[in-house]
Amino acid sequence: MKVVVWLAEGTWQACVDAAAEVAPPSASITLLHVTDPALADDVSDAFAGLVGRGSRGPDPGAAISAAAARSEEAMLAAAAARLDRASSPVRRHGRLEREVVAAAEGADLLVVARDGPVTRLGPRSLNPPTRFVVDHAPCAVLLVWPTAPPAVDTIPPPPHKAAPPHKAAPPKKAPPPPH
Amino acid sequence: MSTVWAVLLLAVVLAFAVVRPRGLPEATAAVPAAAIAIGGGLVPWAAARDEMIMLGPTVGFLAAILALAHLADSWGVFAFAGGLAARASRGSPTRLLTVVFAIAAAVTAVLSLDATVVLLTPVVFATAAAAGVRARPQVYACTHLANAGSLLLPVANLTNLLAFGATGLTFLGFAGMMALPWLAVLAVEYAVFRWFFAGDLATPARPVPVEPAPAPRFALAVLALTLAGFAAAEPMGVAPAWIAAGGAVVLAVPLVVRAPRRARAAWAIVLETNPLFCFFVFALGVVVLALRQHGLDDLITALTPHSADLLGLLAVAGLAALLANLVNNVPATLVLVPVVAHSPGLVLAALIGVNVGPNLTYVGSLATLLWRRILHARDEPPATGAFLRLGAISVPACLLAAVVALWVALKLSTVL
Repeated sequence: MKVVVWLAEGTWQACVDAAAEVAPPSASITLLHVTDPALADDVSDAFAGLVGRGSRGPDPGAAISAAAARSEEAMLAAAAARLDRASSPVRRHGRLEREVVAAAEGADLLVVARDGPVTRLGPRSLNPPTRFVVDHAPCAVLLVWPTAPPAVDTIPPPPHKAAPPHKAAPPKKAPPPPH
Repeated sequence: MSTVWAVLLLAVVLAFAVVRPRGLPEATAAVPAAAIAIGGGLVPWAAARDEMIMLGPTVGFLAAILALAHLADSWGVFAFAGGLAARASRGSPTRLLTVVFAIAAAVTAVLSLDATVVLLTPVVFATAAAAGVRARPQVYACTHLANAGSLLLPVANLTNLLAFGATGLTFLGFAGMMALPWLAVLAVEYAVFRWFFAGDLATPARPVPVEPAPAPRFALAVLALTLAGFAAAEPMGVAPAWIAAGGAVVLAVPLVVRAPRRARAAWAIVLETNPLFCFFVFALGVVVLALRQHGLDDLITALTPHSADLLGLLAVAGLAALLANLVNNVPATLVLVPVVAHSPGLVLAALIGVNVGPNLTYVGSLATLLWRRILHARDEPPATGAFLRLGAISVPACLLAAVVALWVALKLSTVL
């Protein structure tokens, strides 16, 4: 069995723990981290926008690339230590969602953490890249909560029963049927 | 015909500054272009000399503040700010964003926007990464606040320095007039960021214990004294450039004395003043003057409203933002400020436009963005569509809020 664990900032611990729990001892585990170069590129662009200053001095985008590479190594090392069994790290560069889907090719299971709001149950509580990965993964996906999941009553009410926003409490009697 | 030549010269100077073939300094094109403008009779020598004398204190200040910011970095001021942000955020991405807003606004106001973009942004990224927080909102907050946060003090942005003389205000008078627009812009940017990055900010982080770093007390004290010096010395006729240079020397001396190779350390600090950039600004001033004298002043005067009522302020700020996005904010300031110099209110509105406007493309101008897209054909398609959207949302709202705040400040003011 091939298990790919997508490690993302702030949520990777939950993925590692879930992988350790569900992957059989014979499984081969891949720890995947993706760096999106867009952030460093955009900082380089902001530097280039300081017209006239660019002839000399360090490009802050390059500093961010270097810092990103360092934090990637730290995260992969910490994840391998937390997993405490054989695993192989994979580093990819590019658009998060596309790289994760590509890395999951041929895998049996992809472990992904929810991100976005974690204080209520859906909808639209996944950040767009995670949503894309869940939608497009070419294998089974295990979607884990990074923290304890919120209670079931945090589901927003169905739209037609929602209280009007300007009223503090919903009316006792049923609202009149729509015309 | 002269107009065509003047337009051509400015176009070549700006295109070169953006493209920078083989990494050559911008002055490589700008200085010969200025020489051609003078030699070819587009600008009389006397006018060019007056322009350069007028730019002198501004360029001197810029050189000093660039060195001051780098020295502050050497003393660990930015690393200290990063540690402060990490501790104050207590593991919450939202609190980290709030603290980064405060630090970026303060660094921009005191040490100029260059310091925020070049020195603070990488520190903020490292802080976020170490705290297990997704760094996008905090990093983009730095790039946005470098421009939009530079309204408060005359020293925060080269554009402010270029326009400061035309406002007729004192250092503290300028800060007083711009405090309300500055706060309005910060509030709008903060609200837009909270909404735009809600997903990243809601993703939980695992708080990591942060070692409290000792505060670089000496450097912070020198910076505070330098800031107080700007306000105190200006009424006595001492240009802020001297104060900034004084602060830089005080920070530089212990570093040089301690360095194993003193001459080399001192030379490295002198290079931080970026002398080639100073030549670029002088030359750009002359080339823009050539264009102004051959039709541009008339054109801008025709487009610019003449009274500093709310509509007039809005129109000038909008025009300035547009111009800043076409040709970058420094040339836009050189073009606009002389035309509106008769009204301090309009000068301040123009500053709002040239400072806030560049965030529309976050690189400072559309021309810069397009050139970089063409020249730096990347392996990955750039994912920056989202950030053009961020600019499209925040810039009009910030401009409107800042101009209304300026209008209120002008109404309340007894200075203007």
